[in-house]
Amino acid sequence: MNNIFNFNSATESGAMSKTLNFFIITIFFLLLGSFSVYGNSWEDISKKAKGQTVYWNAWGGSEEINAYISWVGSRVKEDHGVTLKHVKLASTADAVSRVLAEKAAGRSSNGSVDLIWINGENFAKMKENGLLFGPFTENLPNFKLVDFSGKPTTLIDFHMPVEGYEAPWGMAKFNFVFDSARVSETPKSIPELLQWSKRHPGRFTYPHVTDFLGSTFLMQALIELTENPEVLNSSVKSKAAFSKVTAPLWNYLNQLHPLLWRSGKSFPASSSVQQQMLNDSELDIALSFNPSDTSAAIANGSLPESARTFVLKKGTIGNTHFVAIPFNSGSSEGAIVVANFLMSPEAQMQKQNPDIWGDSTVLSIAKLSAQDQQKFKALPLGVATLPPEKLGPTQSNPHPDWKNQLDAEWQRRYGQ
Amino acid sequence: MATTIRTVSLLPAFPILTQLLFLLPIAAGLFGVLLPALGYLPDLGGNQFHFEIFSQLLEHPALPHAVWLTLFSGIIATILSLSLAVLLAAMLSRESLTGNKKNKKTSLFAIIRRGLIPLIAVPHAAMALGLAFLVAPSGWIVRWLSFLFMGWETPPEWVTVQDPFGLSLIFGLVLKETPYLLLMILAALQQIRAQEYIRIGQSLGYGNSLSWLKLVLPQVYPLIRLPVFAVLAFSLSVVDVALILGPTTPPTLSVLILRWIDDPDLSFRFLASAGAVLLLLLTLGSLIFWRFSEWLIFQKCRNWLSNGKRGNVNEVHNLAALSGSLLLGTAFLSLLGLAFWSLSLRWPYPLVLPQRWTSRNWERHWSSLQETAFTTLEVGVITGIIALFLVVGCLENEQWRSVRFSLRSQWMLYLPLLIPQATFLLGIQILAVRMEMDGTFLLLVWSHLLFVLPYIFLTLADPWRNLDARFPKIGQCLGASPLRILFHIKLPLLLKPLLVAAAIGFAVSVAQYLPTLFAGGGRFATLTTEAVSYAAGADRRVIGVYGFLQALFPWIALLLALAIPRWRFRNRAALL
Repeated sequence: MNNIFNFNSATESGAMSKTLNFFIITIFFLLLGSFSVYGNSWEDISKKAKGQTVYWNAWGGSEEINAYISWVGSRVKEDHGVTLKHVKLASTADAVSRVLAEKAAGRSSNGSVDLIWINGENFAKMKENGLLFGPFTENLPNFKLVDFSGKPTTLIDFHMPVEGYEAPWGMAKFNFVFDSARVSETPKSIPELLQWSKRHPGRFTYPHVTDFLGSTFLMQALIELTENPEVLNSSVKSKAAFSKVTAPLWNYLNQLHPLLWRSGKSFPASSSVQQQMLNDSELDIALSFNPSDTSAAIANGSLPESARTFVLKKGTIGNTHFVAIPFNSGSSEGAIVVANFLMSPEAQMQKQNPDIWGDSTVLSIAKLSAQDQQKFKALPLGVATLPPEKLGPTQSNPHPDWKNQLDAEWQRRYGQ
Repeated sequence: MATTIRTVSLLPAFPILTQLLFLLPIAAGLFGVLLPALGYLPDLGGNQFHFEIFSQLLEHPALPHAVWLTLFSGIIATILSLSLAVLLAAMLSRESLTGNKKNKKTSLFAIIRRGLIPLIAVPHAAMALGLAFLVAPSGWIVRWLSFLFMGWETPPEWVTVQDPFGLSLIFGLVLKETPYLLLMILAALQQIRAQEYIRIGQSLGYGNSLSWLKLVLPQVYPLIRLPVFAVLAFSLSVVDVALILGPTTPPTLSVLILRWIDDPDLSFRFLASAGAVLLLLLTLGSLIFWRFSEWLIFQKCRNWLSNGKRGNVNEVHNLAALSGSLLLGTAFLSLLGLAFWSLSLRWPYPLVLPQRWTSRNWERHWSSLQETAFTTLEVGVITGIIALFLVVGCLENEQWRSVRFSLRSQWMLYLPLLIPQATFLLGIQILAVRMEMDGTFLLLVWSHLLFVLPYIFLTLADPWRNLDARFPKIGQCLGASPLRILFHIKLPLLLKPLLVAAAIGFAVSVAQYLPTLFAGGGRFATLTTEAVSYAAGADRRVIGVYGFLQALFPWIALLLALAIPRWRFRNRAALL
């Protein structure tokens, strides 16, 4: 039992687990875990999973992603006898709400959510509030194939140690989309973006900060503009520190906003809306959080053939998205089997294909069999996707503390 | 006689049953909002009651503007919808009076009526998205202008959709609420025999429109007051239309609340609950304000009503024709735009028609459609039948026992329409989980009932109460039992309002998103849950498909509701 239950990741992350509380919670889960599936080997888990129905709550706004999820459903049915149902959400918060309501009502088993597509703040909040099941990834056969050293965000999600409470599913990286039919030169840095906007007023904007892409833009600009970006890796120390560190950002935005679409008086509600505005020629430059997204969008007709992408010279923010299992899932074994399948070379390859979805793999190609390596290499890159060597360095997300305070300050300055 | 007493003595069970069905979830829902607003939500670390969250809410920088915007857009939209509906109804009753089908303007009004009423079936979100595409700076109107005259290479920098004053939001609401109020007025007109009043007015030398305003409107308005209140409350708390057409910095209060609920930081739920309480207070305040204004206007107009001045207001006719056609034209083009999108693979600016056509968008969804369509139909029909059964029972109870459904319990019925759904449902959800009922079909139907029943009651109550009491009296004199009177006299006489109420109830059920998601525990996928999740992806092509499908069922239901009485009473012209 104990050899299976390996908890070394918690001790590695001493920074986050300073408080006694945290240990109590982890020990609690450790105990809880030792009485559930952890006593079982992978074989036992997959045996128990057979015949279970897994309700996977995932954002349902994209036909391509939905089609991929239904393909996953047919594959896990075939291999493991698990029935997968995609509960299509407009917002991940709806699923978080439901788990919260179940906890409030004292339901600790047979919850309605079995698997949830999640990362960043939603994950941190669910983990902090004891709404997640786990750790469960350590012993999954495919977990070993993940590229931990090359993709450190598979272990630390927005500065929150993952500790086996979510299984890495795909990689994201901030990038810009532009229409090459209308834009000849693209900015290479945040200050250059301002210069570009001066020459082309009204042709760029970013989503409202309530959309993750909008607040990622703020953080991206802050990383480049602030004097010492290192401080962003820990929590905000004081109000004074916050104003000092973020002063260059507000100065920048004050200059940028009059040059934005509708003079910065209105912002697109989401990244999807912004992509549509690029397609409608209302914008020349838009933002994206997936480098292959643009190729996929061209393939399905929602962006012009001339759409291309670019990144910043100093690099852009990258992170990982995951799947997690709520603490009260009644089909946790089935959910684990699905999570494991999602990390399989087969599923990751299918996902990375821009004709299907175009979401980058979390796996380390070097760890795969020669045959799988070949197949990965043979995947089409997509007409608008930058090859890995041109994607530039990956920066990590600032501490979530910064995100929250940036959003709040933005709302105070520009949101009213 | 014995059976009469037995049947009648069973009737009080209906209001009691209805109230019980409502009391429990409403209490749970209200507590679910109130407790967190006062700082109590132990699962998020709130163990004490305090008012700090309200002061936090009132200090929120976006709040004053959001409140102003909510009140402005909600009240103006209601005033406009009501005025337009009254105007159009006046013209329509004039048309049926003159009966001159060859008159050009007359037939225009007939077209407006035939076109507008089915719009009730179109989901708000689909209409809003269609309108957004129509009027956006890169939208259909601009594309035509560019194609025909201007040759704009990039869209002009106009501020249309999401304008800071919420004008496009108001327009979107008016587009959907006018048809509903028009239908309510037309139903009410039948109850008061409006045409006879107009004839009297005319014989006394009043013009057509003037007799309508002076004689008919004062009688019709009390009959449609509740639907007007429902429209006002809806316009103040609407989320989907405001998300699509409303401004973003700041948005309306309801969207602000949604943002707080959606915030990954769960502690924002306290603020969201306080916001929901504020929105509820604003709604109640607006209703009281509206009622007071009604009274004031009536006081001011009393003299005008009875001053005996004859004349006619012919300009009104042209105004009605213009606004009616504008409304219908906009709605038609919005929906046509969405229909084209659903058949397009690519449709870039500035093309006025899609560049590449495809049937792919439809084919893709065809396979999964059967199941979702069946669930939608099943929930809608079952909820509709239960709601009709309860409402008819309550109304019969009123009449046989000569007690009016008390004002207090009526308010309770309408509470689900007045409280912002998102926070209200969280409380219901907790209750459902405790009762081990979440994710069951029963709970799904129950949660839909909370929203369907009030609308059915709203639509049916006044026609029912205003049915000429002499008909059932005659039945009684001839020795018919209450059930026989119900089935052989009342139901046939009230067939049309009954079917229209059922169709509206069905449409309301089809449109429910949050209740389906919360109560269904993600176990039930309906056309609307699919449509809303696709709307998050902002892909007009898919939205076109689902918007159409979402509208299709209620539309068929409404057509049936209008066609069945026509067929049934084909030999009884006075009943039509």
